[in-house]
Amino acid sequence: MSLISRPASELAAMLQSKEISSVELTSQQLANIDKLNPKINSYLTVTHEIALAQAKQVDELRAKGEKLSALAGIPIAVKDNLTTIAIETTAGSKILKGWIPPYNATVVEKILANRMPILGKTNMDEFAMGSSTENSAYGPSLNPWDLSRTPGGSGGGSSSAVSSMQAPIAIGSDTGGSIRFPAAVTGTVGVKPTYGAVSRYGLIALGSSLDQIGPVARNVMDAAMLQDAIAGHDDMDATSLPESLGSMTEAAKNDSVKGLKIGIIKELTGEGFQAGVSERFQEALDLLVAAGAEVVEVSCPSFQYAIAAYYLIQPAEASSNLARFDSVRFGLRVMPEGPATVEKVMAATREAGFGPEVKRRIILGTYALSSGYYDAYYGSAQKVRTLIQVDLAKAFEKADVLVSPTAPTTAFKLGEKQEDPLAMYLNDIATIPANLAGIPGMSLPVGLAKEDNLPVGIQFLAPAREDATLYKVGAVLEKLLENKWTKSMMDFAPELKVN
Amino acid sequence: MAKEQLMDYQKALETYEVVIGLEVHVELNTNTKMFCGCANVFGDEPNTNVCPNCLGFPGAMPAVNGKAIENSIKIGLALDCEIAATGRFARKNYFYPDLAKNFQTSQYDEPIAFEGKIDIEGPSGKVFTVDIERAHMEEDAGKLTHVGGSTGRIQGAEYSLVDFNRAGVPLVEIVTKPIYGAGDEAPELAAAYVRSIREIVKNLGVSDARMERGNVRCDANVSIRPKGQEKLGTRTETKNVNSLRSIEKAVKYEIQRQAHLLSQGTAIIQETRHWHEDRGATSSGRPKSDADDYRYFPEPDLVPIQPSKEWIEQLRATLPEKPAIRRKRLQELWGFSELEFRDVVNSDLLDEIDDTVKAGATPQAARKWWTGEIARIANSEDKEISEMPITPKQVAEIAGLIDSGKLTDRLAREVLTGVLAGEGDPAEIVSKRGLEVVSDDGALLEAIDKVLAEQPDVLEKIREGKLQAAGAVIGAVMKAMGGSADAARVRELVIQRASGE
Ligand SMILES: [Zn+2]
Repeated sequence: MSLISRPASELAAMLQSKEISSVELTSQQLANIDKLNPKINSYLTVTHEIALAQAKQVDELRAKGEKLSALAGIPIAVKDNLTTIAIETTAGSKILKGWIPPYNATVVEKILANRMPILGKTNMDEFAMGSSTENSAYGPSLNPWDLSRTPGGSGGGSSSAVSSMQAPIAIGSDTGGSIRFPAAVTGTVGVKPTYGAVSRYGLIALGSSLDQIGPVARNVMDAAMLQDAIAGHDDMDATSLPESLGSMTEAAKNDSVKGLKIGIIKELTGEGFQAGVSERFQEALDLLVAAGAEVVEVSCPSFQYAIAAYYLIQPAEASSNLARFDSVRFGLRVMPEGPATVEKVMAATREAGFGPEVKRRIILGTYALSSGYYDAYYGSAQKVRTLIQVDLAKAFEKADVLVSPTAPTTAFKLGEKQEDPLAMYLNDIATIPANLAGIPGMSLPVGLAKEDNLPVGIQFLAPAREDATLYKVGAVLEKLLENKWTKSMMDFAPELKVN
Repeated sequence: MAKEQLMDYQKALETYEVVIGLEVHVELNTNTKMFCGCANVFGDEPNTNVCPNCLGFPGAMPAVNGKAIENSIKIGLALDCEIAATGRFARKNYFYPDLAKNFQTSQYDEPIAFEGKIDIEGPSGKVFTVDIERAHMEEDAGKLTHVGGSTGRIQGAEYSLVDFNRAGVPLVEIVTKPIYGAGDEAPELAAAYVRSIREIVKNLGVSDARMERGNVRCDANVSIRPKGQEKLGTRTETKNVNSLRSIEKAVKYEIQRQAHLLSQGTAIIQETRHWHEDRGATSSGRPKSDADDYRYFPEPDLVPIQPSKEWIEQLRATLPEKPAIRRKRLQELWGFSELEFRDVVNSDLLDEIDDTVKAGATPQAARKWWTGEIARIANSEDKEISEMPITPKQVAEIAGLIDSGKLTDRLAREVLTGVLAGEGDPAEIVSKRGLEVVSDDGALLEAIDKVLAEQPDVLEKIREGKLQAAGAVIGAVMKAMGGSADAARVRELVIQRASGE
């Protein structure tokens, strides 16, 4: 097994025992990026010099016997909607082309404090609006399992990077499924922590009340270690949780699901789900039951309104969050034809700088917040949000974790849904409720759908602040599956032919 | 611009009833801004107190300044308001280049303080209770300077400069309910109300309360309706009237302007108006309608503010006395007559006199200097008294020099001129300008003898008991000494000479 195909947790042990150096690992990682990225387009920016300098530094510190964090020396990819000093940050948009932020996101600060070399910034749908990366102003990323398909979105850059060994782990952000859906369709593990578990400071906001940063990895332990590295209260984010949620790394060491009550969400199974997806999902449940878990059915009738509510709240917040892109202080500036006024410059810049999906959502959101429509749209959507929280609270009285397939289908073809925004939105049906309720969710690979040999993900949901439960059940299921397959999920991946 | 026609003020009031409403913005003097750690300082180099947050950079998030909340609660309590148990911030969305995020973070439907009241004394002494609708927190915008146009306004400017030092400075906006029945006292009442707000926030120590720096800014809503009509008239909102005198003038102007229009059968347009101090008139700004759509929604980046009851009570216990009570106390303490005291209040000199008395002057001397000479000079220079470059301590010092006989009134006025010209403290000016009273009797007697030699019959008259005859001698001596003599001492010496001592 090549060095860069190993999971981060193994590499961390090898670094600690000085079996390998961070420079060695990072160089190999960069070499693979140089080989694959021109084709797969996982990274918008690759930071060779920065990564190698950081790797060299961590090796020196280790040589001196300095006490280092668990992930010190492990290179990482960062989604391009997190601000990074001295590294271009575009959020997948033309309007931010060339923008070099003067400050680091808190999560980036934590990565640096953990001494993890930053490999680069990963591709994404513009401002995280999308489920396929096709809305990126810099072209889509490709799915390493089938280059004609999407690696999911909005975090398809991170998911394709991690699944094609262009990074052992990556940072994603999840507003309606942008970590979990890409994880599901690329056979990786993606976690959206509890709202507030990870600081959003420096995350270029999409829907502020929905956004959450989380880990993307090739196994549960790697994701756990990364969540531990980036979580914690931050005074710069007023919505960040005051308390610690405990160690996810410890939770990921769990080996038993005896007595665990698993609730199958009635509304998120059966009709509308690809047969191969449902089959793998059921197989995973059977494994858990055989290991001592108990399955119950729960119902969340309000989920039928989740997408409608989400597509009011998220565009509403986005319309306001994106107002700052006006050419006055940073980013693109386009001069209008004829005499310029400030309004005309702002309008010309936004017209040229935003892509069609961003404009669509700004218009939707502006409309939803307009006086006279506020109650009917934004107000009603907030009520649905409350109903979803109530339904989930009831479900969690019956079960410790809730499950569903992460997505109705495996990876769809690039271009397949680009002309049909509604079909694209429906893709997030299983992931959106967690964002509306602020609860944590994990997508874990459960094998390949037999129709298309593409990865299928199972989604676990836990009550707010109980992220550890996800890692506990995820770790057990992962082990059960690997025992059954006698290999890991990534070993199913086809050899990449990029020439 | 054509000058608008105005109806005679008294005539307007005979026909129409005036309704006013006031929105006062108070800039808090917290060390840091409302939602970030940048310094809240007036007058620094442009764009030096800025950060990703107050520049509205992508990814930046607000963090509430606890001191600003504390100060806002204090203002609410001082205005007898209820304090909200929980309050959310909202986003007020509109595009403007001085607004970094293109939304203002403000409290919308959940103000921190609401339903208060304050007693305001009108010029006649009649007390009005002004109901406070709400006091809410918000952030200030940056400051725009329009360059290249003739008006200094955005229209016609070649380009505009933005200073974001002020962006994010904490503001408390205090909004009154409509004020009815002020009649011809409405303009003075408006000014008196703002004066009281200024006094409150200054005494609370939560704002520097300097109107000339924009620490306290007032928007005045004015509408009129024919007497007896129930339906309220269309209102105009005159923006940023930034001195007490202008508030009074602007309200009066709007009453007269609206009265003229209504008398001509012309409808009032609901609009924002700008006050022009130079020509004493308001002009039409942009039309304003209730449908102005700011797309308010709760600020998702902040959690609700939930001040505990205990904290509110602790803050209440620290409140200084109410203006009305303070006034009563000071009037008794100083022994001023009703008229003298009202003059002090209406001239907005309560704090100055209080501070001058605290610095050692007698209340009457303090009053005399502030309402007399200093007010006269301020008026002649068309300035607010508070803008005059003299401190209460300096005034007390001048008064002290008179009491100790070192200065005459006339010399003291000269010292005052020196202080206002920035020549230093009174003692310095006395020595620099050589203004000390001549207390050397020898020099005075020499001058007296010289005058008496020219007017030999005067001594005889004084001896006959006609003491007023001494006046002419004293005057002549004072003139000869260039004013630098103590008139009382001269008089004593003249009488001594007459009685042959
Ligand atoms: Zn700042």
